[in-house]
Amino acid sequence: MSIYKTSGVSIKGISVCVPKEKKSIFDYRHIKPEEQELFYKTVGIKERRVADTHTTCSDLCEKAANYFFENNITSRENIDIILFVSQSPDYFLPSTSIILQDKLKLKKSVLAFDITLGCSGYVYGLSVISSFMQSGQFKQALLLCGDKSTISTFEEDKSAYPLFGDAGSATLIEYDANAGEMIFNLNSDGSGKNAIIIEHGHSRHPYNAESEVVREIEPGLKRAKKHLALNGQDIFTFALKDVPPNISETLKASNKSVQEIDYFVLHQANKLINETIRKKLGIEKEKFPYSLELFGNTSSASIPLTLCLALEQQLTKESLHLLLCGFGVGLSWGSVYLTSNPLSCARIIEL
Amino acid sequence: MSIEEFVSKVEAEFEDMPKGTLKPETDYRSIKGWSSMHALIIIAFVDIHFNITLSGSDLKSTQTVQDLYNLIQQKTQA
Repeated sequence: MSIYKTSGVSIKGISVCVPKEKKSIFDYRHIKPEEQELFYKTVGIKERRVADTHTTCSDLCEKAANYFFENNITSRENIDIILFVSQSPDYFLPSTSIILQDKLKLKKSVLAFDITLGCSGYVYGLSVISSFMQSGQFKQALLLCGDKSTISTFEEDKSAYPLFGDAGSATLIEYDANAGEMIFNLNSDGSGKNAIIIEHGHSRHPYNAESEVVREIEPGLKRAKKHLALNGQDIFTFALKDVPPNISETLKASNKSVQEIDYFVLHQANKLINETIRKKLGIEKEKFPYSLELFGNTSSASIPLTLCLALEQQLTKESLHLLLCGFGVGLSWGSVYLTSNPLSCARIIEL
Repeated sequence: MSIEEFVSKVEAEFEDMPKGTLKPETDYRSIKGWSSMHALIIIAFVDIHFNITLSGSDLKSTQTVQDLYNLIQQKTQA
């Protein structure tokens, strides 16, 4: 069973923190000017945000979460669960969420744990938290999603380096007996593990001298085993083949047509991928927002970032029928249909 | 879709390509300025127009535009 439903849970606010420093594709010297232009037109990324050496993903998430407390959207003692979804934790151990319990001055009775997922992480995280919360035994939860992807990409790898931006998000979720259903459809396929992988540095291939050796993979493309390797064509084929049916199944299980959805907010992978999915499903352009151009691929923060960038007004004023969908590294993908009540905030801040 | 129509439609997808550059016998990877993004544009084009999702290795098995056309014909009939 990949489809399941939760009820009695609603999103109260979203906040996303990005680093101030911008990097433009037009300053990326490892591809020629005409290729920069083609990249911008095809992949859709003009610039992205890059965290400095001292800033981690958890720092961005911490700042995003503090926005709720500093603006009286909730108070620290209301938080019963904190979930950190990321592939760039602070340490091998302990889990980053536990460190954040202390930094955010949350009570010790909080449930804190991490989930290691990338581009599908927001939808997965939402599913885990809403499963806990629908029982009504927890009041509020913090879902923190994001990555400092720029730490693992190599500048001379043009297939990965210009794609990723850093971001950390916080979503405040609460028990609300009157909230509508969230309908999830989650999938996994580990046979595609090599499509996006960092081979060295964990227990399968512990970090060693070879991890640092930079090799030419193909002309003009270099990286070492400790770097993130991405096979663009495999990801592309996966996204076109598996994502549209996943969304269609979710809509069917939700008894909704494409026309009845106000906005489809997808993981921001690549404009060509997302546009092809959009056309295959027959979704109008106006219902299909982007954050790619200014922020690049921000991993599990891409959905909340796109929500805040493109829909702040609508989300804070209206009730919306939303279809959210994440897909990528794993391979892992999933979508959720939900009806949002007007949010207390949907804000992007800088660190 | 005829091969002529296919060639001109693929050419139109590559907005930066002068008209008449592509011919059925063109070894498309050897076109000046060819990049991996052009391969993605082909995959997207074929997906939308033929409802076939080509994989990276499908593409690798082709060299000319005619090969690509033949592969699609083969897959539509399969």
